[in-house]
Amino acid sequence: MPARGDAARPAPGLPPLVTVRAEGQKIVLAAACPAARALGLAPGMAMTQARAMVPGLDVRPADPPGEMADLARLATHAARHWTPLAAPVGDREIVLDITGSAHLFGGEERLCRRILHLCRRLGLAAHIAVADTAAAARALAAFGAARLILCPPGDAEQATAALPVAALRLPPETVAGLARLGVESVGALGAMPRAPLARRFGRDTLAALDRLRGAMPDPIDPLVPAEAPRVMHRFAEPVLTAEGIADATARLVEAMIGALAERGLGARTLLLECVRIDHDRQRIAIGLARPSRDAAHIRRLLGLRLEEIAPGFGIEAMALTATRADALASTALPGALTGEPAVPPLATLVDRLATRLGDRRLYRLGMMESELPERAQRRHRPLAHPPCWPDDWPRPVRLLDPAEPVDQVLAELPDHPPRRFRWRGQAYRVVRGDGPERVHGEWWRNAAEADAVRDYFQVEDEAGHRFWIFRRGDGVDTRTGDMSWHMHGLFG
Amino acid sequence: MSVSAAQSRRIAALRAEIGAITASGREAGAVLPFGADAIDARLVGGGLAAAALHEASGGAALADDAAATLFLAGIAARRAREMGEGAVVLWAFGRAELYGPGLQQAGLAPERLLLAEAGDDAAVLAVMEEGLRHGGLAAVVGEVRLAGMTATRRLQLAAEERGVTALLLRRPRARDRDALAEPSAATTRWRVGAMPSARLADPVGDAGIGRARWQLDLLRQRGGEPCSWIVEGTDAEGRLALPAGFRDGPAAPARPADSVSPIVAGAVRAAA
Repeated sequence: MPARGDAARPAPGLPPLVTVRAEGQKIVLAAACPAARALGLAPGMAMTQARAMVPGLDVRPADPPGEMADLARLATHAARHWTPLAAPVGDREIVLDITGSAHLFGGEERLCRRILHLCRRLGLAAHIAVADTAAAARALAAFGAARLILCPPGDAEQATAALPVAALRLPPETVAGLARLGVESVGALGAMPRAPLARRFGRDTLAALDRLRGAMPDPIDPLVPAEAPRVMHRFAEPVLTAEGIADATARLVEAMIGALAERGLGARTLLLECVRIDHDRQRIAIGLARPSRDAAHIRRLLGLRLEEIAPGFGIEAMALTATRADALASTALPGALTGEPAVPPLATLVDRLATRLGDRRLYRLGMMESELPERAQRRHRPLAHPPCWPDDWPRPVRLLDPAEPVDQVLAELPDHPPRRFRWRGQAYRVVRGDGPERVHGEWWRNAAEADAVRDYFQVEDEAGHRFWIFRRGDGVDTRTGDMSWHMHGLFG
Repeated sequence: MSVSAAQSRRIAALRAEIGAITASGREAGAVLPFGADAIDARLVGGGLAAAALHEASGGAALADDAAATLFLAGIAARRAREMGEGAVVLWAFGRAELYGPGLQQAGLAPERLLLAEAGDDAAVLAVMEEGLRHGGLAAVVGEVRLAGMTATRRLQLAAEERGVTALLLRRPRARDRDALAEPSAATTRWRVGAMPSARLADPVGDAGIGRARWQLDLLRQRGGEPCSWIVEGTDAEGRLALPAGFRDGPAAPARPADSVSPIVAGAVRAAA
């Protein structure tokens, strides 16, 4: 069981390394490397204290999610290579049930040395213990003296007797309570009468003891390594023609649908790989807005991109991998039985258009909390349900972004719309106007906007054309803007 | 001139035959009325055919183009509303200039609108056709500068086949080029232009802006006559309205601005 966090670092020349995490108001050490521990630093110590004790300490923030992910990867490796019953426990332990698989590696000791060797190569200082029960093995690995402890069958209770009570993973208050009674070791705890122990410290304490002794089942929840569904097709003769590639793709898609259906999954991203005879690999990837097992749909999406494949001197193998697949339950199809008309799902159209145009060019517009009109709309994913805008002021249907300068403006300051202006070289005479609608700069985004003000007017010219025009500044104080006029949008 | 019963029967049969040819494949009854009798009465079938291509343009001025945009947005919004919850309108364009809050005020709220930034005219037309062929959309709107007879014919056929409304906005190209001069297979072609809006009743005379007013020209409709109206622009539900009364006269020039209220302080500024 590797203990994470205390990476075995090549010591010379490098400062001692610790990782830190926030605990309430304090920042405390999460882990310390062997060099740091030799200097008296220990997890749980305040960072300021550690810094004072060891100047030049290399302090880095702990990354619990990253560590958990690494642990899960190691457990996945274990599940693939050593035993199918492997599970990460807590944040720094992996439990392997090697019953029945150790002999494949030449016995328990050879297997454990192999695991230790791998961990060393990964830069992990691992401790391994093998015992009759998972609880005993965990206690020995975490609190035992040696790196590798092989506890003979039937010896678990005796081997763990000298370990501190904390080895049973009891809650800290229980450990402290036991310490007050003078019970410090697992052996001493085991010798106590059961009934008073249960009354005083709860049934969980007894359960921990029973799990250690094997008197209570302690099943592990094995990690099932997720394999991306993958189908492959090798050709007897290299394929060169577009028809051949399309044909093979269709067959791969059929096989992929079967593989996905077996696991109750729907593809979200698919990668089609073509291996050429010169070992070059041609890849195309497609994405789907919703998990799908629709063969025709997937074939069509791939078909849109198939022309990107350059067969060169020929393709000898093709593989289709569902690089991302999500659970897809069966859905009720509207149709003849339910009497509803069959409306094709929007997701299929979204996929086709996104494959044609690219992911970023198919979107919805939704409200964004912002005073400035050009920032008030945000792009959302095509199947999202973006929020609406508040319906208070009239807004133009077309926005000029960036706003265009307007010159030769004649306007009453500070709060009347312009009487005349010129835009794109054409003069306009304003007949009616509405405003001003004052918009303030967003000082929290940009210091330059702190005092900035815009006054928006909706104006109509003699012909009935309607414009959205604004003035920089409030018309009085030049700090709020330079009083220049700008065209920002067009009303219908 | 009197027509015998046999002749009138013959004429009716011929009319039906012509109708069957011109309306081939069109779903009978799938019509989207404007809700304004004066307009609907002049349209074949009492409204816009839902499974067909309709074109609009605003001409050279950008503000007129915005009016045409709103006109089509209103049609799409009403079609989506008619189709009920979850109906979506696809809007394809070359460059992102649309403003979401403005479209929402024409009845196209974010949950009703899917936007596709296609890049150029050819891509817009391809996206439109893909959207029409999908068959599940309320309407497909496309903005193009150029679309020939073949392209519009494809759209018209796709719209007829799948029963989806196709709306084509012809955007201004050059000042002196009429966007609607090109031939097209569209069922109806419209020109939308801004008109001076009605002055709001206000004793001070410096009241704000009321509802927009447009000159709406139906330049062409298949199986019908062209026509013109003066209407009030789309409201929050995408509906047009006919002005209550032409108090100012529909095409009378607006009162000069200076007579409304004197200029107290003027400022002339050069462009930054």
